[in-house]
Amino acid sequence: MAAPKKSVAKESVQEKANGSPPEFTKAQELAALRDMLLIRRFEEKAGQLYGMGAIGGFCHLYIGQEAVVVGMQMALKKGDQVITGYRDHGHMLACGMDANGVMAELTGRRGGYSKGKGGSMHMFSMEKNFYGGHGIVGAQVSLGTGLAFANRYRGNDFVSVAYFGDGASNQGQVYESFNMAELWKLPVIYVIENNRYAMGTSVTRSSALTDFSKRGASFNIPGQQVDGMDVRAVKAAGDEAVAWCRAGKGPFILEMQTYRYRGHSMSDPAKYRTREEVEKIRTDQDPIEQVRNRLLAAKVSEQELKAIDAEVREIVNASADFAQRDPEPDPSELWTDVYR
Amino acid sequence: MPIQVLMPALSPTMEKGNLAKWLKKEGETIKSGDVIAEIETDKATMEVEATDEGTLGKILIPEGTADVAVNTPIATILADGESAADLGKASAPAQAAKAAESAPPAEAKAEAPQPKAEKAPAAPPAAVAEPDPEVPAGTEMVTQTIREALRDAMAEEMRRDPDVFIMGEEVAEYQGAYKVTQGLLQEFGARRVIDTPITEHGFAGVGVGAAMSGLKPVVEFMTFNFAMQAIDQIINSAAKTLYMSGGQMGCSIVFRGPNGAAARVAAQHSQDYSAWYSQIPGLKVIAPFSAADYKGLLKAAIRDPNPVIFLENEVLYGHTGEVPKLDDYVIPIGKARIVRSGKDVTLISWSNGMTYALKAADELAKEGIEAEVIDLRTLRPMDTETIVNSVKKTGRAVTVEEGWQQSGVGAEIAARIMEHAFDYLDAPVARVSGKDVPMPYAANLEKLALPSVAEVVAAAKAVSYR
Repeated sequence: MAAPKKSVAKESVQEKANGSPPEFTKAQELAALRDMLLIRRFEEKAGQLYGMGAIGGFCHLYIGQEAVVVGMQMALKKGDQVITGYRDHGHMLACGMDANGVMAELTGRRGGYSKGKGGSMHMFSMEKNFYGGHGIVGAQVSLGTGLAFANRYRGNDFVSVAYFGDGASNQGQVYESFNMAELWKLPVIYVIENNRYAMGTSVTRSSALTDFSKRGASFNIPGQQVDGMDVRAVKAAGDEAVAWCRAGKGPFILEMQTYRYRGHSMSDPAKYRTREEVEKIRTDQDPIEQVRNRLLAAKVSEQELKAIDAEVREIVNASADFAQRDPEPDPSELWTDVYR
Repeated sequence: MPIQVLMPALSPTMEKGNLAKWLKKEGETIKSGDVIAEIETDKATMEVEATDEGTLGKILIPEGTADVAVNTPIATILADGESAADLGKASAPAQAAKAAESAPPAEAKAEAPQPKAEKAPAAPPAAVAEPDPEVPAGTEMVTQTIREALRDAMAEEMRRDPDVFIMGEEVAEYQGAYKVTQGLLQEFGARRVIDTPITEHGFAGVGVGAAMSGLKPVVEFMTFNFAMQAIDQIINSAAKTLYMSGGQMGCSIVFRGPNGAAARVAAQHSQDYSAWYSQIPGLKVIAPFSAADYKGLLKAAIRDPNPVIFLENEVLYGHTGEVPKLDDYVIPIGKARIVRSGKDVTLISWSNGMTYALKAADELAKEGIEAEVIDLRTLRPMDTETIVNSVKKTGRAVTVEEGWQQSGVGAEIAARIMEHAFDYLDAPVARVSGKDVPMPYAANLEKLALPSVAEVVAAAKAVSYR
């Protein structure tokens, strides 16, 4: 019987969620700070470049949600696969993809990860096991389930992590995938990044059941709500889910309660929530400030933190520079990569 | 007067079957609803229920008899008061027994049609005049149904490459809704022959995800009508990802299953998707006609590193053809074949459209018109060269397809001929196609909605000004 085992797992995560999450070592805090800062600064720069007209089309920024992907990445091992939707810049950076390649893709240049042919929503790295970057809401859930299927088929112990939002959680193929994943005990972690708004529609206006951790209940998939603004809580929940999947027990759902500071995309009317709501979360729950404050309380010097800031700014500035200098793709690229 | 029990049909198109077993003996009492016999085809078994009461008078067709034509009297039932002496009088109302399938195919879909496997092709897939250039002279040939050719292609590729697996509805334990995957579960096991829930969108996405990580799935759709639920994953995920990733991440996957009109299954189960998929860059689209091509092209499709749409035709599954007995018979994708050569008019078709084209060529020959018949086999990439070269010779062309005319494959062929051989044309290109209506159910209307041999003949004469 699978059910009793699951409830045990659920309780153990619950305990940690109710209390304070396990402490990070100083090295972990510093690594998390650096990775989250890189995403924050990168996204801020992308926003600026968009405003300057250097980035076109859609551009969905990850600012505010950094702890989710950084904490999850800390729970994974090399070989585990990551797949997500269109709000994907943070995931790529967290997977270790090169900032130059990501930024140059945003500007549509030949040095971009997709040679400038994919853009913000469509980037991939076989080397880093990042499977996209998908523009159709919910499609990555079935695809990520397929990655887990391949792991199962090959008999390895890798885990696939499929990220999607509260909006995608209402797509039919999500549930088709849940059913197969549990039926075949596939090693996939469904990370629902609940940032409270599907574009401009709040979860209470779009979802009959707003506890997304329960969305797998009718398939017997265990789930957990996690404070997605605390990178330690994310990592702890990720560890639990990864262990569950690696042990061959099937899929696991993590609802990351997080928040997007910026608009859905660059042309967001910002009429669906108040400025005060955004400000309050920034002030009280910012994932980066939480780590910074803990580090300062632990007597890490301002100097050391400033060095991280400087390193990150340098990477981001260099990427922006590269992304504006790098040439556009050769016109002959129009016809390549349709078939292989 | 004794009542005759007639050989029942599993479907409107079944023409014969095997009488597997008698469950009642002569002289036994029979009540309405009793199962009196079992009949089977290569695809399904069904029980024959008595619709009349009485005594089983005489068994006319012994058990184990193969290929019993539908409506053949198989037994007589004596009514109360009748005796064996009355048997001679027989031949009463030709009341066919009610057939209750013991295992209806695709019962989850309920409406999945019966295959035409049982249907002996009225005329075998017409005489092939031109030798196949892919097959060395003197090669031994085996006679196979298209269903068997497809199964063999998959089995051979699965033996050759452990990354190849098949998934879909009823592909494993049921042995395939149309029995195309017969025996694969037994040979390769449940790890590689995977029954999915009825969840086309989801399992198409799972297949594409597995392909993105390097496996080579063969995804069977019970029919391509149901693949409309999955078309987002086919087009947005499978077809476009290689390009969107700058060539980094591709997807070696085959989506296969019956496409187009079957028989008497009405509008939602009868659509031809040739034009839909052939419009998409990033996909290859194959739609063969002959058994040999089904085999050789499916093997090529499985090996191809790109997503391939492999459009089969349910009406053709039971048709037999000569398949070369070669260790590794792989036909290159993208090459049409001149199946019959002629100098007066070019008929261009593919899949079941070839049935009309070849029969029309026979008819035309009787009137002194020598038609050249091209089987496209692959719709994308389209072998424009073969079409154009033929039209340069004949000066006239007729396209034949079961799909709709607007934005159809025939329209595309006509445009290519105009672009590349306008000066050679002696008449505008004519199109014979399915009619611009949803497929009707009624037998007469359905026939009218599909192309016919007569329409192809008329079109060929029209472009020949005869």
